Amino acid sequence: MSDKLKLPNVFIVLICCVFLIGCSDQPETIKITFIGPLTGGVSAGGLGGRNSADLAISLRNESPDSNYKYELVSLDDECKPNIGVQVATKAAADKNIVAGVTHYCSAVAMGTVDVYHKFGLPVIVWGAVLPDITYGNDHPEIHRVNGTMINQNMVAAEFMIEQGFSKWAVIHDTTDYGKGHFKYFEKALTERSGTILGTFGVNPDQQDFTAELTKIKALNPEVIYFGGLAPTGVRIRAQMDKLGMDQVFQGTSGIVSDAFIDGVGELAEGVLAFREGAPTEKLPGGKMFMQAYEARDFNEPAEAYGAFAFAATDLIIDVIEKVGPDRKLIREELNVIREHESIVGPITFDSHGQNTIALITKYVIQDGSWVLWEDSEYASGNRSLK
Amino acid sequence: MDPGFFAQYLINGLVQGITYALVAVGFTLFFGVLDVIKFSHGDVLMLGAFTALALFLGLDQLSTPAWLSLTIMLCLGVIAMALLGALLCKFLVLPLKESPPLNTLLITLMFGSVIREGVRLFFPNGSNPKPFPALLPETSINWGNLNLRLDSVILIFTGAMAIVLTHLFIQKTRMGLAIRAVAQDEETARLMGINFNKTVLMTFALGSGLAALSGISTGLYYQEINFSMGLMLGVIGFSAAVVGGLGSIYGAIVGGLLFAFLQTLGAIWFSVPAYKDVFAFTVIIMLMAWRPTGLLADRSAERV
Repeated sequence: MSDKLKLPNVFIVLICCVFLIGCSDQPETIKITFIGPLTGGVSAGGLGGRNSADLAISLRNESPDSNYKYELVSLDDECKPNIGVQVATKAAADKNIVAGVTHYCSAVAMGTVDVYHKFGLPVIVWGAVLPDITYGNDHPEIHRVNGTMINQNMVAAEFMIEQGFSKWAVIHDTTDYGKGHFKYFEKALTERSGTILGTFGVNPDQQDFTAELTKIKALNPEVIYFGGLAPTGVRIRAQMDKLGMDQVFQGTSGIVSDAFIDGVGELAEGVLAFREGAPTEKLPGGKMFMQAYEARDFNEPAEAYGAFAFAATDLIIDVIEKVGPDRKLIREELNVIREHESIVGPITFDSHGQNTIALITKYVIQDGSWVLWEDSEYASGNRSLK
Repeated sequence: MDPGFFAQYLINGLVQGITYALVAVGFTLFFGVLDVIKFSHGDVLMLGAFTALALFLGLDQLSTPAWLSLTIMLCLGVIAMALLGALLCKFLVLPLKESPPLNTLLITLMFGSVIREGVRLFFPNGSNPKPFPALLPETSINWGNLNLRLDSVILIFTGAMAIVLTHLFIQKTRMGLAIRAVAQDEETARLMGINFNKTVLMTFALGSGLAALSGISTGLYYQEINFSMGLMLGVIGFSAAVVGGLGSIYGAIVGGLLFAFLQTLGAIWFSVPAYKDVFAFTVIIMLMAWRPTGLLADRSAERV
């Protein structure tokens, strides 16, 4: 009797072994989430970031050296904090997702950091610049590859004072992003004896700015500083023209996108903005990135923060290759990243998970495209801002 | 205040006020004839603007001159929304005439969501703000600190003309007489041989056409439209109609201009202009507490 039972058992065990051996030839598929605005006014930046993260994943999947297969789970936060928290919770609650490349909008990133901490999902922020995202908490899960608005506004204030400007009017949106920019710009400017004649906090969905702009016109500033994202910036710059205002328009990293130039048209000429990092083609791995990106025929351009999304995804994959697909191990490994080579330069996370490299680039719009200030005709003296 | 800046605020406020008044006139017409509140009004406005934009994109392919494009966009946009308004009335509002008013309110609210989400999902890239063509002349004149643009003047004039024509239509034509009769007493109007359904459909077509005009003007002025633009304009238009006195065209005009005036005042007074809507709506609430039937309702004996 017992002999009869044993034979099938052995057979089953054998089949299982063969099956398992067969499986181990197929690398395990690891899920990484990408979260950014894929629809809505700032979706250009989000789609560029999504494509770049996707590029990092597919390059690694094509490499014979990788231990795992990777899959990108893209989620849309619509640049709205409430939607952001929903999708962050969805991603964090999915046990198959081991890490995330998250958020372009500061207000959304601020809303979601606690979610990632609660669920223990290690993430790297790829675009949002509010300092508090990394510095406002002690969550070991939160990291960021791009710089913050503190450095950005310091460079902006110093540069504008050097250009001989002394009087500003400030319009900022009332989200964490806009308010943060205003706070750090005001601090940097007053330290350098610049004057802010008036400050206007506006709703990012607002359509009409003529009343605010008329008030600014009466204050007669030399420069209008705008802390906010491209859609609002487009409306303000276009309505300045309706009121016959020709002040210099100075923006933040949030308007450095092709969408701003498309929206404003000819009025974009001479608009200034500042951004962390360097232009993609001048980054250490920028050329390789641009070539690989163009080879994939994505429908949308990589936009300004695409390289950072690529670097963040690539870093996560490097860590998974080293420690395996485990959230805790990935988190611990990310927290000790020092001088890690990437296409945006070496990445070193400080005790808050913030990349310490603080390179800031100055841009001006010349003939319908964003040009490095140093390469522009404005810097060489052939054109003037006013 | 410098007279130049004062005039500038006035012009800015007038452009907005006329837009609000056009929306408010619609609310007032619907309420006048049928005692209903059509909450999809703002979304019809948005759809009017998107219809005009789609027409422009088509005409642009055929390299039609700007003035012709504008005329076609305006005419077809307004006609299309007038038809939609009439259809909405025939199939959603009239069948619910005998049911509680809350049902009509809910069904129009839901219809508005369907239009909004429809544009967002089915218009190419519909969730992003769309640049609207600048088809009006951009000539401007400077008087001291006032920068007066021809396009603003044209929009104010067109809006005002539309309201005057609506008023004349209601006061001087047979159909207008029928609308007034239905507004005053439906049963008696029917007994006098007035075609009730036709009159109501006509009123909905008229109001929705005005909403389309308002949507297209908004696009032309700001050179940008988006799928959610009707939400705020609808709420403001409704508030303007209520504060002016639902059922009175003059009330709608006063309400619209008053709201724009309050917003401008809020933007001047507060260092955080984001509070301007809070300010404007607070004043409206206080006015409604003071005159629950609206500012002008007492003076006009008949509705519409």
